Amino acid sequence: MLSRMADNLYWLSRYTERAENLARILHVAQRLAALPSAYAGASNEWESAIATAACADEFKALYPDGATRENVIRYIVDSPTNPSSIKACIETARSNARAVRTGITSEMWEILNEGWNEMRGIEFDGISQSALTQFLQRVQQMSLRFDGAAYRTMLRSDQYWFQRLGTFIERADNMARLLDVKYHLLLPEKEPVGGGLDYFQWSSILRSVNALTSYHWVYRENVKPWLVADFLILRPEQPRSLISCYMALNDYLDQIAERYGRQGPAQHIARSTTARLQNADMDQIFQSGLHEFLVEFIEDNNRLGAAITQQYLS
Amino acid sequence: MSAAAAAAFFDEMNIPDGGVRAGYEAISEWLKQAPRELLVNRKLEAEHFFRRIGITFNVYGDNQGTERLIPFDIVPRVLTAAEWQKLVRGLEQRVKALNAFVADSYNGREIVAAGIVPEELILQNPAFQPEMTDFMPPGGIHVHIAGIDIVRVDADTFYVLEDNARTPSGVSYMLENREAMMRLMPELFGSLRVAPVDNYPDALLETLRSVAPRSASRDPTVVLLTPGPFNSAYYEHSFLADKMGVELVEGRDLLVRDNVVYMRTTEGPRRVDVIYRRIDDEYLDPIAFNPGSMLGVPGLMSAYKAGNVTISNAIGTGVGDDKAIYSYMPEIIEFYLGEKPLLSNVPTHRCREPEALRYVLSRLHELVVKEVNGSGGYGMLVGPHATKAERDTFAAKLKAHPDDFIAQPTLALSTVPCFVDSGLAPRHVDLRPYVLCGADGVRCVPGGLTRVALKEGSLVVNSSQGGGTKDTWVVET
Repeated sequence: MLSRMADNLYWLSRYTERAENLARILHVAQRLAALPSAYAGASNEWESAIATAACADEFKALYPDGATRENVIRYIVDSPTNPSSIKACIETARSNARAVRTGITSEMWEILNEGWNEMRGIEFDGISQSALTQFLQRVQQMSLRFDGAAYRTMLRSDQYWFQRLGTFIERADNMARLLDVKYHLLLPEKEPVGGGLDYFQWSSILRSVNALTSYHWVYRENVKPWLVADFLILRPEQPRSLISCYMALNDYLDQIAERYGRQGPAQHIARSTTARLQNADMDQIFQSGLHEFLVEFIEDNNRLGAAITQQYLS
Repeated sequence: MSAAAAAAFFDEMNIPDGGVRAGYEAISEWLKQAPRELLVNRKLEAEHFFRRIGITFNVYGDNQGTERLIPFDIVPRVLTAAEWQKLVRGLEQRVKALNAFVADSYNGREIVAAGIVPEELILQNPAFQPEMTDFMPPGGIHVHIAGIDIVRVDADTFYVLEDNARTPSGVSYMLENREAMMRLMPELFGSLRVAPVDNYPDALLETLRSVAPRSASRDPTVVLLTPGPFNSAYYEHSFLADKMGVELVEGRDLLVRDNVVYMRTTEGPRRVDVIYRRIDDEYLDPIAFNPGSMLGVPGLMSAYKAGNVTISNAIGTGVGDDKAIYSYMPEIIEFYLGEKPLLSNVPTHRCREPEALRYVLSRLHELVVKEVNGSGGYGMLVGPHATKAERDTFAAKLKAHPDDFIAQPTLALSTVPCFVDSGLAPRHVDLRPYVLCGADGVRCVPGGLTRVALKEGSLVVNSSQGGGTKDTWVVET
């Protein structure tokens, strides 16, 4: 297939996935911000939303008065200067889709086009709480439907595999960032954890990746920080965990290598990162530092992205 | 327009004394019993359908980058199978002659030697490409895809208004309009036998494969070359590539090495045999033509002339379709085919001829004057609708550059009822059927694009000027 098309498919999926993750982050921030401080602690949810969205520096430059609800929503949802705002993600995803109309199915196109048309009809200036909640829900639904349409309607060929690669690289990146930011905020060195105060914070992490219910099914325990990390990093049953993402990435890269009759750096990097996740255990990770572990993971993930680009997309 | 004035035009559905013409019976009946709300709903549904699939066009000069819908009218336009058969024979004849003329224009120019077409009309034509001289494309065919614009003035008379032999567009509307109608009006398709059009992409692919160069394998690789998503017809490009199952490429996806064209793929370079290009000649190759072109492929022309790739339509086909050559088409048909033309031309005054110019200047108020190289309805004067000042300005242009203009009588274009705000009302239409010409024969899918001038009384059907489209049904009666 055309390299340009593979590139478009890959980024199209990354941006759709990113829009969904941003919507989830804001959704959860809204919930937490609505709680009395006795339940949610004193941390600024809006600040952590900005940190998770990986845009803290630009944000600070733009809004010196800090992370208020209005500023953060403005910036993450529709700021024209933020190339990764939800709005920009959907715009970019749609224009990528338009450029590869022949590479995606009409179902996938219609979902994106509909989402885009709907978004254009929304006035974000002074948007009400309920309208915003509804919009964020629609973005998540769009991404879910898009994902489902890709899974159910695309031919199982390289087009599908590149589309999938984009989804999982982005998902792994977003998950690692979310964990990193939250642990910074929530795990002060010397304070005991697990009390009632931070319960809502911990469950909010799970909620933001749609994993609160499944957590209980797997652990049958209260929400505990190390179990949350275990669940979202090392458990293959959890479809958004880092290890799940990498098992999928491995699988799709292998299929591409098999179809093309050769493999390259992308396959090697994916395999070694997967092996590292498979051999890790949570105690070790905590001992040598969760933050260090996640930072290294994010770097590896970026290296894989670059290798895919180099090997196939240019 | 008053009822009396409207009656002066031939309506394709309604007979003035109250009856309905053959082929329209079921439609007329259905329209009569359908409540207004139902029609309004169907119209909205159609709009929703087109918006959702994203069949839009970009308007040039509109820097909002807006994607607009071409208005679609839900009342179908009908041709009987007998009428269509007659049309097809004329279309095939015309496109064969068009091909013979383009080939001759670049190889020998016998028609000039025979004193039929003046040589300067070929050599000084801006679309003439000297690069093509003494070169014959694979299969000996230049025009693989032609769109012939046809108008009707009464029950028996169809005129060819214009030939399009470069990169005619609009065929996606023919296909999507049908798709929409089958969803919107299932009851009508149940009671009528409408000839299908959805095999057009297959016919197009077969045509393109049939003209692959000799160097190609038995399974030639066809691609569709687009200027990209910002082009006004991008939807059509992606639609056709998708339906044919061929790659939709941009210039930057192609490269030429040792006079062979390749596309960049995830598995490395892959050879390309046939390029269905939707880019104008001058942008195709920055080495051979416009050096500023970012859309083209450096070296493409030399690969083409080495016989390693087919470009479709061939380069330089514009010599065959401008309005000055148009007026010679009857003679062109007779010269190459030895046959009488089956489809008539609109009587045309060539302003380059002094006597014709005098006549045209004296009758500006009743003629339509067109620029020889204009398109899209721009640069033309519709005499009866123009103000005196407009006519005077135009007369000055005419006198200064008579070679650039032709004039035709204002035609009483036929009308078909349309569902507009005030209800059902007659509107003027034209028809663009698509004719495919391969090494293995001529193909013409039954139907075409019906364009309709939605403004009351207007004769301009171009989408850039308020025109819309209708589905075109070839019906067994």
